[in-house]
Amino acid sequence: MKKLLTGNEAIARGAYEAGCLIASAYPGTPSTEILENISQYEEIHSQWSTNEKVALEVGCGASIAGARALVAMKHVGLNVAADPLFTIAYEGVNGGLVIITADEPGMHSSQNEQDNRLYAPHAKVAMVEPADSQECKDFIKEAFEISEKFDTPVLFRVTTRVCHSKGLVELGEREEIGVKEYVKDIRKYIMVPANAKVRHVEMEEERLPKLREYSNNTPLNRIEYKDKRIGIITSGISYYHAKEVFKDKASYLKIGFSYPLPDQLIREFANEVEKLYIIEENEPYIETFVKAMGIDCIGKEILPICGELSPEIIRKAILGEEKKESYSLDMEIPARPPTLCAGCPHRGIFYEVGKYKDKIIATSDIGCYTLGMAPPLGVGDTVICMGAGISAGIGFDRANRKANRDKKVFGFIGDSTFFHSGITGLIDGIYNGSNMVTVILDNRTTGMTGHQENPGTGKRVTGEEAPVIDIEGIVKAIGIKEENIRVIDPYKLDETKEAVKDAYEAEEPFVIIAKQPCALLKEVQRARRGLYCEVDQEKCRKCKVCLRIGCPAISFEDDVISIDRAQCNGCTICLQLCPFDSIELIGESR
Amino acid sequence: MANSLLLVGVGGQGTILVSRILSEGLVEAGYDVKMSEIHGMSQRGGSVTTQIKFGEKVYSPSIGEGEADLLVAFEKLEAARYISHLKKGGTLIVNDEEIYPLSVLTGNADYPDKVLDELVEQVDNVKVVEASRVAEELGEPRCQNIVILGSMVKVLGLENIDWIELIKKNLPERVHEVNIKAFERGLSQ
Ligand SMILES: Cc1ncc(C[n+]2csc(CCOP(=O)(O)OP(=O)(O)O)c2C)c(N)n1
Repeated sequence: MKKLLTGNEAIARGAYEAGCLIASAYPGTPSTEILENISQYEEIHSQWSTNEKVALEVGCGASIAGARALVAMKHVGLNVAADPLFTIAYEGVNGGLVIITADEPGMHSSQNEQDNRLYAPHAKVAMVEPADSQECKDFIKEAFEISEKFDTPVLFRVTTRVCHSKGLVELGEREEIGVKEYVKDIRKYIMVPANAKVRHVEMEEERLPKLREYSNNTPLNRIEYKDKRIGIITSGISYYHAKEVFKDKASYLKIGFSYPLPDQLIREFANEVEKLYIIEENEPYIETFVKAMGIDCIGKEILPICGELSPEIIRKAILGEEKKESYSLDMEIPARPPTLCAGCPHRGIFYEVGKYKDKIIATSDIGCYTLGMAPPLGVGDTVICMGAGISAGIGFDRANRKANRDKKVFGFIGDSTFFHSGITGLIDGIYNGSNMVTVILDNRTTGMTGHQENPGTGKRVTGEEAPVIDIEGIVKAIGIKEENIRVIDPYKLDETKEAVKDAYEAEEPFVIIAKQPCALLKEVQRARRGLYCEVDQEKCRKCKVCLRIGCPAISFEDDVISIDRAQCNGCTICLQLCPFDSIELIGESR
Repeated sequence: MANSLLLVGVGGQGTILVSRILSEGLVEAGYDVKMSEIHGMSQRGGSVTTQIKFGEKVYSPSIGEGEADLLVAFEKLEAARYISHLKKGGTLIVNDEEIYPLSVLTGNADYPDKVLDELVEQVDNVKVVEASRVAEELGEPRCQNIVILGSMVKVLGLENIDWIELIKKNLPERVHEVNIKAFERGLSQ
């Protein structure tokens, strides 16, 4: 049977068919749907881990214990998981271990576009790169085989266009592999220097040469000889972009097993074709290898390193063809950036902190609340990576003190991000005497990536009930004094304002926990369905104070302020701000 | 020769559901299909785009400037934003619907007037669909997207596929009837 599947759905299906037993992940675009889909197979134990390092370590343990394990994350997640990656590479596996890195050329929703293919030679782990959904499924099965056959973790590298594109996939049956026997072997699984020295040599002298030989012989790397005047070496989605442009007017070496690269195949191909191009997204990974072999080729001289590739870009770079004829309009088109939703619980706290904008530094973090930096709220000086909302604040605060700069630091962090890597930062702050303020935005979900459960939500990826990890309890336990903790409802502006004032004036580490569930959660939508705010046009004096909160439900048009009933959920922030009492709350919550 | 469709809209308008139904229908009709969507921040009111290509054999899912045979805009401003992707001589289906970006809502930017007039003047083949009015009439504002699906099916000449069945498959039962009506109204627009 053939079915239309996204790359992520196909990866999940591949894991199922391959007899995978354990899957762990931390959400992140474009990888999130992999675990969400795997969790629908009862045969596989699936879990959202607290972060990518934990997810990979869970995978390592499962593999050593003898189960086939899959771990998934977005590209920046592999930075977090790099520590176990480099050492599990030495140890190798028992049950197959496949690590998915979902990279994001073009950064549709990421903070950078690092090319994680470079991790493979650095960590010396085998790497597989599918180009479409069918290959996602097939290659996952092959990746488990490679992992077990060569005793290596396998890095499975996909990109947004592979993860989020749908294509037809032929489905197969699940093969029950079971859990392999575990035999204690401290030489292999305890990486103290004496053992690691031996393993490193074994890797270099035995495993990698075998993998190189495999790379030259596997059908994952294949040559398609057509017109030999142009030869193209390519991998992943770039293969299809190239095919779209050249069809049969070029020959292709399509690389699906990309570490170690197939040296003999590359040389053979290069000898056969007249002019050799390397077409790959982001870094010149294949190109550098080919050039180091002394082979003449053209790549990043004419193709961009930054951003996604497309047939259009390739056509222009190689064939010099201009854009196809099209239409254009001569008008100013306002941008449509993402915004905090109507009823978003993050709005109130940013509004109140925003009043101190000139007197504070706001180190923010990654999540929906990053959008607090956008006008008109405009709260945010830095965003780096998950966790830095707290830890970068500690450093900023220190530098401020050295400069006698009288600016209090407010760090912002979401609930999922707090569990991911905020707790260690907060401990650091207390231990080292920082007096920054930490604002934990607990909207009871992982909002940005589409509502995944996390340790604070009381549910697992499978929907089962789970213990709720109590943020306030953690904050107290690591040493924030009771008098320096405020748990507030950010829908209540008075309470929020009071907490922000106390925080601003505090001389010790201070934590505000803003608790209110995300307005888009189904149960919240259901409960608030009948609620909305309305402007009494008789009373409204058009002072526009309500426009300062940047709520997409409130508009000012033809000299009338109005609230879109369909979007409004009656959070009442605007109502509380209106100096003329001209906004009313209608309806009741359920 | 692959047919290239670009669907553009605003998060929450249901573009992704339409692309899903459409792709499934194309598969049933025996085409090779590739569909690619960028929906990273779709729930937060940003622009959403979906690219669908179908034909005997499809390679790249990407559609560049001047490469779309059919541009389907669920909102007028998005039609204007992506018009450069429409191939000369291609068809534009545009929903007569305005959704203001935040900058316009707060009075810091203007929603360009006469977007529709401009589009009709510039583009050779334009079909304006009053999907919101139709949906309003049917008493279910959310079925706008299925009205647009109907219009697309008409423009593409794909009436022979069993769309009703696919609509039923992809939507909860209590909204079947209204969406089937919406589809039929779209077909006849
Ligand atoms: C290391 C890393 N992993 C994953 C992501 C993807 N990501 C971005 S924000 C986010 C979670 C945000 O959730 P939360 O902190 O609860 O804030 P919310 O979006 O709910 O406001 C995730 C998983 C990332 N940017 N970096």
